[in-house]
Amino acid sequence: MRNIYIIAKREFAAYFATPVAYVFLVIFLAMTGSFAFFLGGFFSRGQADLVAFFSYHPWLYLALIPAISMRLWAEERNSGTIELLMTLPISTTEAVLGKFMAAWAFTAIALGLTFPMWVTVNVLGNPDNGVIITSYTGSLFMAGAFLAIGACLSAATKSQVIAFIVAATACFLFTMSGLDLVLNFFRGWAPDVLVDTIASFSFLTHFQAVTNGVIDLRDAIFFLSLIAFWLFANVIVVDMKKSA
Amino acid sequence: MICRQIELTINDADRNAGQSIKAPILIGTKIWDACMSQLILLEQLSKSFGAFTAVDGIDLAVPKGEVLGFLGPNGAGKSTTMKMIAGFLEPTSGRATVAGFDVSKSPVEVKRRLGYMPEGAPSYGDMTPGSFLNFVAEIRGFDGAEKKRRIDETVEKVRLSEVFHQQIETLSKGFKRRVGLAQAMIHDPEILVLDEPTDGLDPNQKYHVRGLIEEMAKDKAIIISTHILEEVEAVCSRAVIIAHGKLLADGTPAALLERDPHHNAVVVSVQGDGIDKVREVLSAMGVVEAVAGRANQIRLIGSNSKDVSQVIREKKLPIEEVYVERGTLDNIFRQITAPKETANA
Repeated sequence: MRNIYIIAKREFAAYFATPVAYVFLVIFLAMTGSFAFFLGGFFSRGQADLVAFFSYHPWLYLALIPAISMRLWAEERNSGTIELLMTLPISTTEAVLGKFMAAWAFTAIALGLTFPMWVTVNVLGNPDNGVIITSYTGSLFMAGAFLAIGACLSAATKSQVIAFIVAATACFLFTMSGLDLVLNFFRGWAPDVLVDTIASFSFLTHFQAVTNGVIDLRDAIFFLSLIAFWLFANVIVVDMKKSA
Repeated sequence: MICRQIELTINDADRNAGQSIKAPILIGTKIWDACMSQLILLEQLSKSFGAFTAVDGIDLAVPKGEVLGFLGPNGAGKSTTMKMIAGFLEPTSGRATVAGFDVSKSPVEVKRRLGYMPEGAPSYGDMTPGSFLNFVAEIRGFDGAEKKRRIDETVEKVRLSEVFHQQIETLSKGFKRRVGLAQAMIHDPEILVLDEPTDGLDPNQKYHVRGLIEEMAKDKAIIISTHILEEVEAVCSRAVIIAHGKLLADGTPAALLERDPHHNAVVVSVQGDGIDKVREVLSAMGVVEAVAGRANQIRLIGSNSKDVSQVIREKKLPIEEVYVERGTLDNIFRQITAPKETANA
């Protein structure tokens, strides 16, 4: 645990050592706000809730989360520091968890800084704050799943650009997998079970369930197991790439 | 191999724990201790990347107190061997044992006891030497006052204090290298593996780093790799030459020097133009060779300076200077590692 914490601490500080963190935070906050007000019609809806705000999160994450995860391993591999990191007395799992935790904590901060939205809606009306809390939690878990995918794919390459593009594509497929855009590709030939399985992987479906205020254990398990799976894959990729 | 056999002997002795075989236990333990004092033990260590064999069956034992120099041309397998010792790469076959732990089976135990500076001394460019060493010290399990003491001591030793708060990526190559060294030394490990520790340093810094290595040598096992052959003479108590993944020579720098055909050759500088006469006289005493780049010098192999001086006096040869060559590691290195045809040329 101690090692995970030390690695996470270093990694977290690394975000703020360069302008990356500030650029990200500013863009994230500007975009969540403007999406909610202009695309989501926050005011014209005339309802005291944050649906207009949360419903654009999957789409924002699609573009922004891979920007956070892309450097996690690709940078270490490119600069050769991975050799240093992996010859310190830590296990690969500790390194993977530490890095993931740092990235996740960073997104938590970004998400936390959207609190003026919550204040605004409370000033204007009487929203159901329970729903808002579950929505925030759901959004954080969804971000974690995106991050885990991105971290694993970042370990597969030395190039941050490739890590970004591949992660964004993978996240896109996971987000869209409940929509016809993806499903029609499989419907023609795949058995229904497979099509249903793919559809059940849709971030959108799971996230919408959460933002409706229903905490279904299945949705929580979905995101958590997805995180666990991708981090496990991340450990394997790091070990494999190391000895090649 | 020897160690495994002894392991068996001890186990057998344990099994029949009767009084009558106390003696074999003692003997076994002694040899066992001798084996364990090898802080680094490589047995038939090999590593292949696909069809390419980078390291091909290396056997090597490094005891405490030894500074071993890895010599070899680029791509000889030096770095790959070091990476396997440090636990970064898994060997394809064979075994590496460090401080009594099998690197593949208990990598974390090995990494605790080992300081490793990878080739090029990579470190996190966005950190300062201070924050970087703090990170390494924490991961190495130090806290509070002990952590601070270790960092201060190491910074002092490698002379980093003036750039302690400067971003690593803005530092000169020499400072970056010293950050890499500091990181490897901070936990005062039993074993140090340094991949080209003086590469890119200026002569003063090289001298300083060599002094550091010598200072630490007595209670550690140290492996350094280098291209600089004079460095081997300066700091190493033993040198091995590696090429094409195989260990080709192993000995003290002095013993390696003896393998130079020019070792103990006598070189005479001839005064004026009597060179032909001198050559004629000396060729009776051994093999005579011209010295490259020096028209007035002759090298005589297979004789000794005493005989040569005597002949010079007797025949009154016009000789300005006589000296005995020690040979150079450069020559040995070229002779051992160069492809056959060029070595003969």
